[in-house]
Amino acid sequence: MSTKIKYRIGKSGVFQGLTIAFAFACVIPLIAILLYIIKAGATKINWHFLTNVPKPVGESGGGIANALLGSMLIILLASIIAIPIGILCGIFLSENKKSKLAYWSRLCVDVLQGIPSIVIGIVAYFWLVKPFGGFSAISGSIALAIMMLPIVIRSTEETLKLLPDSLREAGYALGLPFHRVILKVIVPCGVSGILSGVMLSVARIAGETAPLLFTAFGNPYLSTDMRKPMQSLPLLIFNYATSPYNDWHDLAWGASMILLVWVLLLNIFTKLITRKWKVQL
Amino acid sequence: MESTIIKSVDYNAYFGTNHVVKNVNIEIPKNNVIAVMGPSGCGKTTFLRGINRMHELIPGATAKGQILLNNEDVLEMHPIFVRLKIGMVFQRPNPFPNLSIYDNVIAGYKLNGIKISKAEKDRIVEHSLTRVALWNEVKDSLTKKGSFLSGGQQQRLCIARAVAMEPEVLLFDEPTSALDPISTSTVEELFHELKSNYTLIIVTHNMQQAARVSDKTAFFYMGELIEYDDTKQMFTNPTDTRTQNYITGRFS
Repeated sequence: MSTKIKYRIGKSGVFQGLTIAFAFACVIPLIAILLYIIKAGATKINWHFLTNVPKPVGESGGGIANALLGSMLIILLASIIAIPIGILCGIFLSENKKSKLAYWSRLCVDVLQGIPSIVIGIVAYFWLVKPFGGFSAISGSIALAIMMLPIVIRSTEETLKLLPDSLREAGYALGLPFHRVILKVIVPCGVSGILSGVMLSVARIAGETAPLLFTAFGNPYLSTDMRKPMQSLPLLIFNYATSPYNDWHDLAWGASMILLVWVLLLNIFTKLITRKWKVQL
Repeated sequence: MESTIIKSVDYNAYFGTNHVVKNVNIEIPKNNVIAVMGPSGCGKTTFLRGINRMHELIPGATAKGQILLNNEDVLEMHPIFVRLKIGMVFQRPNPFPNLSIYDNVIAGYKLNGIKISKAEKDRIVEHSLTRVALWNEVKDSLTKKGSFLSGGQQQRLCIARAVAMEPEVLLFDEPTSALDPISTSTVEELFHELKSNYTLIIVTHNMQQAARVSDKTAFFYMGELIEYDDTKQMFTNPTDTRTQNYITGRFS
């Protein structure tokens, strides 16, 4: 073999080796973070931790029940607001690819996706919190819903755009009206993609802190009143990790662990349903 | 004397400003197989899709003139009623991938929310699948997904789906161009079976197929209906030189 070919084969080998090395390198931060949080947080988690509210400074024990329930309620309301709007908007964008309205709303969605979460938080503060006279979980949910929207819209649109036109035609040729073609043919065929977008958006907002700082604000007590301030996991972590007390640091580590597990489970669950509900075209 | 089921009067179709079907006047007799042939881009598919108002689903597409189904203008009717009476089978088999074979056959009822009894469903499914010679092949796997079948079986499933709605006319848009020769001949045999109950209009760019399956043939060229006659007459003694040139393969 000539040296030239050997050189080229060598170069190819080095390149391949580099891609593999960097692929591994990507995994390192995740593993490191996981290990660290599990080490710091896992020992703090027990039934008591999950079912009790934080104790005042000086008393040991206490838990994150208020933050866990608060996060769930805030995310639930945000989902109720954002998912229907997002899916309908995504359907519009995929069915009217070339209309002017679609062009502009697609642009707006892209820009919305790029708006920093702190900005959404401050806008929610000036539009919702100040006029209605106080921090509330509802304003937090609305801020998070705004963050969810672009993810749900774009994933719905991208999923439905990939479905062949022949499917729509099959529906129309059987005399189906537009809404039935969408609801009975297009959406069921794209359900796995739409659902995975929804789950990812939930995972995305579960850890959002910035929009909640000025809206849901946080609350040391268990509260289910959406009109009042409410605690949530990221807020608890932010407030307690920056406090000077060791007990509170432990709470923050435990809460981080819970949040991490929550997001990981959502991601794994998304992968599973995507695989299970995928419609073979 | 055969009765006319579809009659088009000065039918014109456009994509934006592009005039693709020009002044077509044609009378289609009941229980016949009509082949529509012509070179690519001659407007034959657009004309076919005009008959059941599928043409106008494309943004910017418009149509003028009349298409009479039993003396009723389909352009005045609601497209949904038109499509219930005029079924369609497409170039590529397109069974609903999320539905079972059984549900695919009764998709027209199921997806439209038309309530029918289980016994009636069973009857329609068996009858329709038998009509398309698919019953024996799939009767043990009715709950499997439609996309599990081979291409030719899928296409017959799509025909069964159209037949299940008991339309008066069936439109076929190059129904065998995505199929292998054996599946093609199975589908062609079906046309002979189906014409006792329905009127079939088949777009094809395969002349041999037009000659094999049809009673009458229409030849389209550059958006115009050049010639329309009994198939035998058309292939042995065409009156227009353009038809003659096309049939003898001087252009395609």
